[in-house]
Amino acid sequence: MKAFNIKKFAIVAILLGLVGFAFAPAADRITVKGSDTLVILAQKWAEVYMKSNPNTAIQVTGGGSGTGISALINGSTDIANASRKMKPSEKDKLKARYNTLGVEVACAKDGITVYLHPSNKVTELSVKQLGEIFKGNIKNWKEVGGADADIKLYGRENSSGTYVFFQENVVKGDYAPNCQTLPGTAAVVNAVKKDVNGIGYGGAAYAEGIEICKVKKDDNSPAYIASAETIKNNQYPITRYLYMYLKNKPTGALKSYIDWILSPEGQKMVVEAGYFPIK
Amino acid sequence: MIKSFKKNIKGILIEGLTLSSALIIIAIVVVMFTVIVIGGKDQITWEFLTSFPEDGMTKGGIFPAIYGTALLVILMSIAAVPFGTITAIYLTEYAKENSIIAKTIRFAVRTLAVIPSIIYGLFGLGFFIKFVGTQMDNAFLGGQLKWGQPNILWASLTMSLLTLPVVIVSVEEALKTVPKDLRAASLALGATKWQTIWKVVIPGSISGIMTGTILAVSRGAGEVAPILFTGVAYYLATLPASLSDQFMVLGYHIYVMTTQSANVDQTMPIQFGTTLVLLMLTFILNFSAIILRYRIRKKKTD
Amino acid sequence: MTKKTKKGRKSEASNSGLIDITQKKFRWSDYLAEKIIKGVAFLSITIIILIFVFVFRESLPIFSSAKSAEHAEAASNTTEVQETYGEVTDQPIVEEVQETYGEVTDQSNVQETYGEVTDTSSTKSPAESYAVSDGSGYDDNQSALKSLASKDWYPVSDKPRFGLLPLIIGTFKITVISILFAAPLAILAALYTASFAGKRLKEIIKPTIEMLAGFPSVVIGFFALMVLATFLQEVFHYDTRLNSFVGGIAMGIAAIPIIFTITEDALTAVPKTFNEASLALGASKWQTAFFVILPAATPGIFAAILLGIGRVFGETMIALMATGNAAQMGLNPFESVRTLAATIGAEMAEVVFGDTHYNVLFLIGSLLFIFTFVINAIAEFYVKGKLMKRIQGK
Repeated sequence: MKAFNIKKFAIVAILLGLVGFAFAPAADRITVKGSDTLVILAQKWAEVYMKSNPNTAIQVTGGGSGTGISALINGSTDIANASRKMKPSEKDKLKARYNTLGVEVACAKDGITVYLHPSNKVTELSVKQLGEIFKGNIKNWKEVGGADADIKLYGRENSSGTYVFFQENVVKGDYAPNCQTLPGTAAVVNAVKKDVNGIGYGGAAYAEGIEICKVKKDDNSPAYIASAETIKNNQYPITRYLYMYLKNKPTGALKSYIDWILSPEGQKMVVEAGYFPIK
Repeated sequence: MIKSFKKNIKGILIEGLTLSSALIIIAIVVVMFTVIVIGGKDQITWEFLTSFPEDGMTKGGIFPAIYGTALLVILMSIAAVPFGTITAIYLTEYAKENSIIAKTIRFAVRTLAVIPSIIYGLFGLGFFIKFVGTQMDNAFLGGQLKWGQPNILWASLTMSLLTLPVVIVSVEEALKTVPKDLRAASLALGATKWQTIWKVVIPGSISGIMTGTILAVSRGAGEVAPILFTGVAYYLATLPASLSDQFMVLGYHIYVMTTQSANVDQTMPIQFGTTLVLLMLTFILNFSAIILRYRIRKKKTD
Repeated sequence: MTKKTKKGRKSEASNSGLIDITQKKFRWSDYLAEKIIKGVAFLSITIIILIFVFVFRESLPIFSSAKSAEHAEAASNTTEVQETYGEVTDQPIVEEVQETYGEVTDQSNVQETYGEVTDTSSTKSPAESYAVSDGSGYDDNQSALKSLASKDWYPVSDKPRFGLLPLIIGTFKITVISILFAAPLAILAALYTASFAGKRLKEIIKPTIEMLAGFPSVVIGFFALMVLATFLQEVFHYDTRLNSFVGGIAMGIAAIPIIFTITEDALTAVPKTFNEASLALGASKWQTAFFVILPAATPGIFAAILLGIGRVFGETMIALMATGNAAQMGLNPFESVRTLAATIGAEMAEVVFGDTHYNVLFLIGSLLFIFTFVINAIAEFYVKGKLMKRIQGK
């Protein structure tokens, strides 16, 4: 009998706990979803911000810029991180749903880096060459001054803003069908690290352990790598802004968070993460 | 003489072939296990298990993932175990053995068991989040978006659908071990059918219910596909505090760290550590389920 | 006085009034219990039907006629300017764009900005501009329907094409490789356990393989990505590190426990009389196992392979991590592939609900559902029927 009572008590206690759980008052909750390029930065921002603002709970998920923007349109996120601009069709959908075109907040600058294996003889490529390589028209390294070997392409999933941005600005066509699609920039770096003939692209912050390819605007320009200087002076050809999209102008907790991100403190973290500040 | 010698060789070859197949499989299991243990054992410290990820996931621990997994699994069991047990009771106690209804339910259960887990994710998205969630929002909150998005409630309900077949099958197995004579005796003494079930059959098959629960929990802790778009998050600085929150889980953490972490080399030990934790968890659960099932089967043959 | 209850049982004679009350109470709870239990049991059937309905419902719009001619027009015609917040130096971005390929972005629908305003002219090279729409510019469901049979899977592109062929071929390649790897191993191992192994060995082998069943697929995928891929590349010297071979072997590892368990059940289900008769006729142990038991259990083995195929067909995590995810059509096993399930897993989170892309993904889901359903049905009815016939003696 005594055992039975304890069981009953335990069951009731668990149920009560769950009820309390289900209806717990929520702290200020901010959901951030989207760009994989931004996700480490977003996570760092969240971590540091919450240390000084314990009443705000920030949830960060990656998945790609497309994911974030879709979530914004579907209503399941407050901030959509994107490494590309929103497309007109996406703005239309947002408008159709919420009667607003959304608010764009530029939060950092990035130079899309081209990754090469450290032992690759090739050290610089023009934008056009990169386009042809990723379209599959240039198939062998020797065509661009390297060894006689097939070029192995590594890219991102089509939900990635990096994928779209690179496509619009460098490839200018469809990616070759044999371009492997990897689920994150870290995976791309990892793959290129392990493949002597590999080439990949992604945010500047991830480039460790691989060779960075210098990029030149066309065959006659000097070639640069992405650095604070070359990006500020628009010398690096593949520069982009990293955005956060919101449904409406921010208010309340959301506003504080965004203002903090745009402040010198938040921008300092941008640099620490390997990106470049917007100013 | 030669003929029998040849036959012997054939026999030895075949026996050897089949034995080596078994040994190869065992070797694969051992290798996988060893690699993960070696890669991760240095990571398993109390701090690792109880602290939050820091510094862009390159340092710190995996506590929120462990907590999220536990929470998900508890909620999932609350949904799956009662429903599964009741269905199993129906199949063994109330339905006629070869009736169409019993056959259909059994077929349905077996079909549920083989549906790919990603389909459950699609269903969770299309039904729970988009349909039930938005209806709830319209009914209770006047259209404001709270329940129509991915969260731990929908994710655990989706997982409970996934593990329902496991529960049903295990409970049914245990219910069948209760001898028919016991039921007959109970009825003869004047108890009603329901009383018999409640006070005789169920207590006698508690081990089966526990096996089913443990197997369901083990499956639920490891599956990632169904929760990919029904509620899991990459990083949460706080633990989920209500049913409408998102959550982290061990499995998704592994997947995301191999693909999205800042520096794959730096996070490699953490990846191995997380994998080891998940593996140990499912290992212990499966092991206890196997022992329980062994005991049930022994009871059956006694 | 005796009273007949609903079920026809007689109650004991005693204080009839008291008994009446107690009898009635029990009847209600019994009645309720039965109704609730029956209702809940139907839940499993309901769930299957619900899954069926919802997954199919979301894929149907593909088959309806073009609904978005209006979409295409609206997309390029609106020129509203959004508000800005914070520092503003916004200018609508119009540069000398010589050629355009596809839709041109940045000339319409300028959003408001908050904080720094980005001047994006630096990111466009002056010559061509190529814009990637997400399909709604060409959100013509008829063309999507037509493209289903094509060879290109480019759902996010200037001209979105949803060719399912490379995905189907990719899934097919991986399934074949994994079954070629897993089935012989599992079946032979099961044969050993059922016919040759001593009791102690059985108790080591069976639990170990059941442990393999408990490995989450994420863990197997992790192992494949980190260790197996490098190992196999060193042994076989192929170019692409992540390909259908690695993915196939990893999925095979995941499928081994299923094939093993069901085969072993089938082998032990063969009546002992077969065994005894064969031994009595002078056959040796291995002859019995190989020429008598194994053939007798063939339907069950067939079922095991079918269920292994079903498992591999729908496996998502291993495919996401270890196959390279490139939608190609070649038959070379050392090329990257993209499976149906991995496509859903990778792209589902990014689609906007109601989009063509969304519908196509649900269509893929429906295909997977139908396929596994059919496989399971075949394994159940056909195979069980044959098995029963065989065991009951031809």
